[in-house]
This record gives sequence, C-alpha cells and structure tokens, in this order.
Amino acid sequence: MSAQLSTPDDAPVATRFLPARTFWGRALRHRSFVLGGALSLLVVASALLSLVWTPWPPAEIDIASKLQPPSAAHWLGTDSFGRDIVSLLLAGARSTILVGIIAVSIGLSFGVCLGLIASAKRGWTEEIIMRFSDFTFAFPAVLSAIMLAAVAGPGMVTSIIAIGIFQIPTLTRLTRGSANAIWAREFVLAARASGKGAFRITVEHVLPNILSILIVQATIQFALAILAEAALSYLGLGTQPPQPSWGRMLNDAQTLLFQSPTLAVYPGAAIAIAVLGLNLLGDGLRDLLDPRLARER
Amino acid sequence: MLKKLSIVAFAAALAAAPLPVLAQGKKDSVVMGMTLEPPGLDPTNAAAAAIAEVTLYNIYETLTKINEDGSVSPLLAESWTASPDLKTYTFKLRKGVKFQNGEAFDAAAVKFSFERNAAANSTNKDKSLFQAFEKVEAPDADTVAITLKNSEPNLPFLLGQASASIVEPKSAATNVTQPVGTGPYQLGAWAKGSSITLNKWADYRNASAIKLSKVTIRFISDPAAQAAALLSGDVDAFPRIATRVVAQFKADPRFTVLIGGSKAKTILAINEKKKPLDDVRVRRAILAAIDRKALIDGSVEGFGTPIGSFYTPGSLGYVDTTAINPYDPEKAKKLLTEAGVTTPLELSLKLPPPPYARQGGEIVAAQLAKVGITAKIENVEWAQWLSQAFAPNGPHNYDLTIVSHVEPFDLVKLTEPDFYLGYNSEAFNALYKQIVSTPDEAGRAKLLGDAQKMLATDAVAGFLFQPQWPTVVSKKLKGVWKEVPQFENDLSAWSWE
Repeated sequence: MSAQLSTPDDAPVATRFLPARTFWGRALRHRSFVLGGALSLLVVASALLSLVWTPWPPAEIDIASKLQPPSAAHWLGTDSFGRDIVSLLLAGARSTILVGIIAVSIGLSFGVCLGLIASAKRGWTEEIIMRFSDFTFAFPAVLSAIMLAAVAGPGMVTSIIAIGIFQIPTLTRLTRGSANAIWAREFVLAARASGKGAFRITVEHVLPNILSILIVQATIQFALAILAEAALSYLGLGTQPPQPSWGRMLNDAQTLLFQSPTLAVYPGAAIAIAVLGLNLLGDGLRDLLDPRLARER
Repeated sequence: MLKKLSIVAFAAALAAAPLPVLAQGKKDSVVMGMTLEPPGLDPTNAAAAAIAEVTLYNIYETLTKINEDGSVSPLLAESWTASPDLKTYTFKLRKGVKFQNGEAFDAAAVKFSFERNAAANSTNKDKSLFQAFEKVEAPDADTVAITLKNSEPNLPFLLGQASASIVEPKSAATNVTQPVGTGPYQLGAWAKGSSITLNKWADYRNASAIKLSKVTIRFISDPAAQAAALLSGDVDAFPRIATRVVAQFKADPRFTVLIGGSKAKTILAINEKKKPLDDVRVRRAILAAIDRKALIDGSVEGFGTPIGSFYTPGSLGYVDTTAINPYDPEKAKKLLTEAGVTTPLELSLKLPPPPYARQGGEIVAAQLAKVGITAKIENVEWAQWLSQAFAPNGPHNYDLTIVSHVEPFDLVKLTEPDFYLGYNSEAFNALYKQIVSTPDEAGRAKLLGDAQKMLATDAVAGFLFQPQWPTVVSKKLKGVWKEVPQFENDLSAWSWE
C-alpha cells in the first residue's frame, strides 16, 4: 500500500478507550458508520436466521387465517393468503441480499475491469469503453429488466442480470476516473521508468490505491440494487412467487390498502431499513477510508 | 392501532371531500370502469371478452338478445321459428333498421356477417358455430333462413353473443377501429390506454328510450385504483370489479353492490398433450390436491361456487360432479405413485393478469407442493398467454394455467381438435353429437349430465369454481345488470335516478 491509506496525523483525538489510530478505533466512534452497520447487520442477520428458523414456514398458505391482526401466534399478523408476515420479511431479506450481492459482483467485476482497461490503454480503447458505458447508462434497470423479461421470462435471474448491467457503467466511470488520477502520480511514473508494464502497474499500484473508493461505491450500489430489486419485484418482473420478496409483498399490500393499510408498512419499512443502513454504512466508510475527506473535517 | 388511525384519517378525508355526484345535478352521462381495455372494437374477429363489454348491444346488435336472466328475446330479429329437428331456423328481421353509416340493415347483411365468421381466414371465437351452418339463405330482405349441419337447440341464445354481431358489409373491414353497427351508441373517441367514449346515436330507431347521451369507459386494471376511482366519484359504475376491494363498498351508503351469478367456469387448464399429463391418473392427482374451498376464499374472496365439470349450476341438465374429484392429498400422492411419476414433478404454471389467476396460482402452487408437484409460476400478459397457451393454431406451450371461460354453454369447445386442452376424446365427441341432435329437453338434460360426468372422470381440467361477478355502482344509477349471463354492459337500460 502506498502513502494514501496511512492514517492522517491530525485525526480527531477524542481517544479514551480505543486508540484513534486504528481503523476500528475510528470506525466505532463514527456515528453513521455504527448506525449503518447495525441496520445492515440486522438485515443480514434476518436473512441468515431465515435459513435455519422462521416462526412459520414462509410459503405456508392458510386461507382460513388470512389478514389477521398482530397476535402472539403471528407477531405482525398475516397477509391475504394467511402467511405469517414476520416469516415473509425474514425470508424476503434472503432474496434481497442474494440479488444485491450477485448484481453488485457483476457490476464490480465488469465495471472495474473495463474502467482499469480504459485508464491503462487510453486512446481509442478508452473512447470505445466510455461511450459504451454512456450507452448502457442511458438504460434504467427497470427498462433492461422489462426487455430481458420479454426475452427470457421474468424471474430472479433476469432481475439480477438487469440490475448487474445497470451497475456496470457507474463503476466503470468511477474506476476510470480514479485510476486516471493515480496514473498521473509520481510513484506510477517511477514504476514505469523501472520498466513495469501496464498490467503490473494496474494490479500493483492503481488497484490498491482506488480500492477504498470502490468499497464505498459498492456499498452505495448495494443499496441501489436493493431498491431496484424491490421495484422490479413490485412490478412482477423480479423474484417470482412463491419465493418471498419485499417488493412483491408491497404489491400485494397495495390492493388491500383500504382493508389492511399496515400490510404495506412492514415491507416498506424493511426496504427503508436496508437501504438506509447501507447508505449510512457507505457514508461512514467514505469518511473512514478516504483520509482527504477526514482531514477536511 | 395503526389500522384504526388510518381508518379515522381516511374517513376524515372522505367527509372533507365534496360529493361530485350531487354537485353536478341531473346528469345524462356516466363514467363506467372496466378492468381490461379491448384490443380492438370488432367482436367478430377476436376472442377478448373486453370487446363485447364495450360493443355488445351498445354499438353492435345481434339477431337475438340475451337478457339478464339468461332468457332470449328478439332484437334485430322480430321473431323466429325452428324446424322440429332443430336444424333449420327462420328469422323474421326488424324492418326500417339502419346502420350507423346510413346503410340499410337487411337479410343480406346478416348473411354476409355469418358467412364472414365462417370463412377459412376468420378469427371469430365461435368460428365452429358458423362453420356448422350448412347454408344461410336470404329469400327476401326481411327473412333469413339458417340450415345447420347438426341440430342446435341453443341457436337463438348463441346468436345473441357478441361473436354473432351483425356488421355492415362495406365497413366490416375497418370495424376494429371505426365500428359501425345498428346499436344506440357510436364510438366518440378512443384514448388508447385510458378510455373510450360512446355517444348516443341520434338516429337510433328508439332514440327516445336511451337515457344516457354519453358514456365514458375508463380502463383501470389495478384493484386499489378501481376502488379509489369509485370512492372519489371519478367512476360511477364498475361492473366486474376486483373481488378484493368489494367488502369496503358493502357498508357504504353511496354505493350499491350487486353480486351476480355467471355462466363462467374458472379452471386449472391441464395440457393433455404433454407427458405425463396425458395420463388420467396424473390429472386426477392434480385435481385431488386442490382444495377448492380454500382457493375460492383466497383468490376471489369467496365469490365463487365450486364446480366439478365444464358446466355451471343453474344450466340445463346440471349435475353436481364435485364429488368425483374431491380434495384428498393422500389419494393424490397414491395416484402419482401408481402412474409411476417420480416426485417432485416439475410443471410450469402460466398465469394471466387477473387476480383470480395470479392469486389463485399461488394457492394452487402451494397445494400442489404438498403432494409433490412443483408448479413453477410464470406470470404472463394476456397477449403472451393467448399466443403461447391458448391460440388454436399456437404452440400450446404450457403445462398448467388458470383461466376463466366466460362463454355460456361452450361444451362444444372440448370437441374442437385444436382446443388448448388437447382433450380429443372420441367418446365425448360422439356424446356431444348426440346431445345436439336430441331435440327434446329432458333427453338432452340427461345426456348433458353424462357429458359433465365424463369430463370430470377424465379429469379434462382442474374444474375450480363458477365465479360470481361483483358490480359496484353509485346508488343513484339504475338499470345496471346484477346477473352476468355473458360479458356485456347493456347501457341502453342505464339511467340516473
């Protein structure tokens, strides 16, 4: 690692229990990082918990007990098919996180590679990659999902691919922009002078130096992916029944808005918690990982 | 608590809102809501029931009229006689009737319409009915004689359907966008995706009896939006509204809720051309896995009566066949083992947009899962559903699908070789032939009973329920039909109090 990530000398000195100079020491004192981390952990924990335990089987339909208010048996009540809301929310976190992780991974692997290539090669290669990314950027996730669904049929895979594609241009642009700045630095010049090729410089110098920016952006993209997944499922293009999904729960609740208004609140709150958590986490990470910003405070 | 709060807030909002119906005084226009928009306005060339809901008895008329109670009365025909073998019908036409483009209505127009429906390239949904006509003769301008290949006791009823609408020869080709009929209403405007406006035709033969001079039909597919449109006064009547939102209108003094019976059959269609669904034991296993009661409660809020065959209670010769394939998951598992099917058996379940299909599909999938059948749900739009699953000349690319057959007395469909179910039973075809060639009603009723039992025993489809169609109308709007013998809205009977 280069000098970029070393702790600045004038970091806040409110040190009492933890040394301010370690990453975790500063992290645990950062309010939005802690809150965002806690909310994100809550979502991840729900998803993990649902793998081993839910109060009721999430797909269990029991028409006789439909639309029940909260009770000891069903903590948040039941939906229009008599399914337990808590179980649906827990299991819904699973599809949300799964779609988010895979879609962001697609976006990261393609986006970062393309951005690094564009920055390393410059000239026509850069021009082509960037114009292509502008082109992709013009298609919102929902639109690409509709197109994909028309060809391959709606489903979780379709939505993952659509959201993944939608992530690529953002990450390409970001990678290229930050990589270009690194390429102009003296230590890269020195590496070039010592005979290192573009590939080695990219892997050994450029990538490590833009990693923090990418981590922050990936966290934000994760939040966007969750929103997109919910939107697609709400439109019926994402996760298909009987697999639980927050977006579909919202859609289902919408038709019952007059009879059971609270039905829409639960999945809405779940989506809000996940997105807010990740955004706060991203903000916190940005502050913690980017020393320039920290110094400005 | 939250629920209570929101109800209070909602009530407050309602009380604060002005009452648009009262504010406008005596009205001669109505806004009607409809769930689906028709793809065109020619009911003789496409199957969508939404076309009939707009056009039948409003823009186009038929020789006979099917009334609210299912009885048949004269419309463009003043009277008719049938030969004793029910193979020849002679219709006396109403005199002095004109089409909306000024052309005269006569026997030639009737002959043209029916022969057009029977033509090789016809896409009429009752093409088989018109192809069963041996000849249509017009001995004079006011008489039409139809000779059938087989006897057809229901002909006057069948000719009251939208598919038998009488069109004017010169304008027939453009009816899809510029409909020309003999009815009391003309197409005013069509804002695609939003609404259709029908204006009263001033030269209608009985124009003074038509109370509403303008009817706007708005297309609202979302159940919550349907309810909101009624509550806000944007829509005065919503026939066949989504069952989910009906409950809230029952206690509302501003609205009348009409619960009508139907001749429709909601079924879980099973593609008999696909393995292992060609095995009757597998089909009976699917039927045994389905709890109709739970399905009706969950998918249409209880607005349905269980059926056991492709026939509805209240029709001639109806027998209760629900006991032939009762709900019995254990038997379902046994039947699957007997048929040598390895579970889990994976099947596709294509679901068109209406709530009965989408919600019903989730319930069916959950019930099938309990006996070891994995139904993979695929939500499709109507156009996709029609072309992939239903179209007679299509690929019939589905394993299971849920749909409501709204046409009355359509047992004949099961005899058609390219019908999407792929039943093709010689025994049934012979029995059907016998039914239509039995003129006496008692004999026919018995044979109809046998036919229903045969369909149930062969498990031709998962016969689920006969839906009831709820209609919500503003209290002051009169003449809206409660019963729904077929999909149509007879606007000529509507008026404001």
